[in-house]
Amino acid sequence: MGIGSDMYRQQILDHYKNPRNHGRLESPTFSHTGENPSCGDTITMDVQLADDGETIERVAFSGDGCAISQASASMLTQRLPGTTLSELEAMDTDDITEMLGVDISPMRIKCAVLARQVTQDGAKIHEGEIEIDKTKTEDDA
Amino acid sequence: MGVQEPYPVDVDAIREDYPILQRKVGGDISTPGEHDDDTVPLVYLDNAATSHTPKQVVEAIVDYYYGYNSNVHRGIHSLSQEASVAYENAHDRVAEFVGASGGREELVFTKNTTESMNLVAYAWGLNELEPGDSVVLTQMEHHASLVTWQQIAKKTGAEVRFIRVTDDGRLDMEHAKELIDDSTKMVSVVHVSNTLGTINPVSELADMAHEVGAYIFVDGAQSAPTRPVDVEAIDADFFAFSGHKMCGPTGIGALYGKRDILEEMDPYLYGGEMIRRVTFEDSTWEDLPWKFEAGTPPIAQGIGFGAAVDYLDDIGMENVQAHEELLAEYAYDRLSEFDDIEIYGPPGDDRGGLVAFNLDGVHAHDLSSILNEQGVAIRAGDHCTQPLHEVLGAAASTRASFYIYNTTEEIDTLVEGLEVARDLFA
Ligand SMILES: Cc1ncc(COP(=O)(O)O)c(C=O)c1O
Repeated sequence: MGIGSDMYRQQILDHYKNPRNHGRLESPTFSHTGENPSCGDTITMDVQLADDGETIERVAFSGDGCAISQASASMLTQRLPGTTLSELEAMDTDDITEMLGVDISPMRIKCAVLARQVTQDGAKIHEGEIEIDKTKTEDDA
Repeated sequence: MGVQEPYPVDVDAIREDYPILQRKVGGDISTPGEHDDDTVPLVYLDNAATSHTPKQVVEAIVDYYYGYNSNVHRGIHSLSQEASVAYENAHDRVAEFVGASGGREELVFTKNTTESMNLVAYAWGLNELEPGDSVVLTQMEHHASLVTWQQIAKKTGAEVRFIRVTDDGRLDMEHAKELIDDSTKMVSVVHVSNTLGTINPVSELADMAHEVGAYIFVDGAQSAPTRPVDVEAIDADFFAFSGHKMCGPTGIGALYGKRDILEEMDPYLYGGEMIRRVTFEDSTWEDLPWKFEAGTPPIAQGIGFGAAVDYLDDIGMENVQAHEELLAEYAYDRLSEFDDIEIYGPPGDDRGGLVAFNLDGVHAHDLSSILNEQGVAIRAGDHCTQPLHEVLGAAASTRASFYIYNTTEEIDTLVEGLEVARDLFA
């Protein structure tokens, strides 16, 4: 069958139904929120850095939306601890589809990459590189 | 499941006109046009977004390109004259289709409904609106009208007001009476809502607008394709619709406007084709509708639009409407069988041919992806009505919309697809 059937493999549904690290961190080094305006997916990522100010120690997410966006956020909270901010910045769309382990149809890529985008923007704001209020993936209305 | 034959239209014969309805889906989508790996039959329920194009319309376009392709209004040669006659006649046909007795002089070809809206907003609104004026819209406007008037109001200092939608998905006409007052210069309303399926009382609203000296703009994107329309009976000052939602090609739409209003209006786009006499200092404009059609127009598309309304008239718009109503009611009833489905808008026996809904616990985009696996093409998202979705308290919804070639069996396939989604997400 086509791309769609692969998209809802057990792993994705499991992360959607039982999200890992869901909620807020008590004292995150930075938090950031983003949305897909057209889908209504919203995600807040809380990130806590180690004392070196560079290594990610803990990550939590909250928000709601489709299975793809929420599962992707859940997996990212498990994947990021131990990586550095520069490694985070280098993550691209392929890294996300690899992490998800499924082919994401082109129309749904925005959902899949929202959590990564939010975390990257949060880090950039933290480092004073950019100034934005909220991350918005482009609208497809 | 209940097949409600006979249908008001000859569905089997109609389906023969659309080769695309024979195809399957499910294969690699990165190779458009290659269908060898497709597996499931297509169930196309996204007609409010765009309808399919019958052979008759494609053939009219082929006839033009193979037989008399040429620029219009420019050449003395035969091809140009044939193209000009066909393109002009298409205006008359489309005008007649919506009951405009003034023919082509009241019917401007545009790119689509959105451009028709912008044409009036820029050519009339930007010049005429000023602080203290109001433009009255509804909460169920499509972004084509909502965003356009919102932005023109910002530029001119006019105020935008929104007629409330009631809990059962209709316009609150008491609220309309309050909002439409002496400050009102334009009332812009959607005829059939592309999200709720509501059929709005546009001629009553036209009377209310005219009583205070305002114009009424009717967004007919969902009504012209699905029911008989008579712009003069409505007493609409402007009426907009898109060819691609009514068996025509993309890239062509129409703006009906009352002749005296169009005559008063400044052009929207300047350039060739729309002028009569040009000097280095000044220019004068062509007659209606050409004054509003600057540059080389979408000739093939215009001719295709004419063929599309011929095609629909052959079926009969009363029959089209009856078929839409039958499918809307059937879909509403079938979806109403389930407690975990919320349907938006008025009851099944009082709506246009579309049903937007949400399935509890499954996001509209996930649902749409899962239905796509079953071959069912439906729309998921906000359907270009984000503020309305805020009123509905839903970030997104799933919409099934029907046309002359759809059957009750296809609605059954949709309902079965929902069961698959329930199982996956349970
Ligand atoms: C009610 C309504 N108005 C306007 C539009 C815009 O039509 P178009 O995209 O053809 O300009 C649509 C369709 O998308 C619609 O459903």
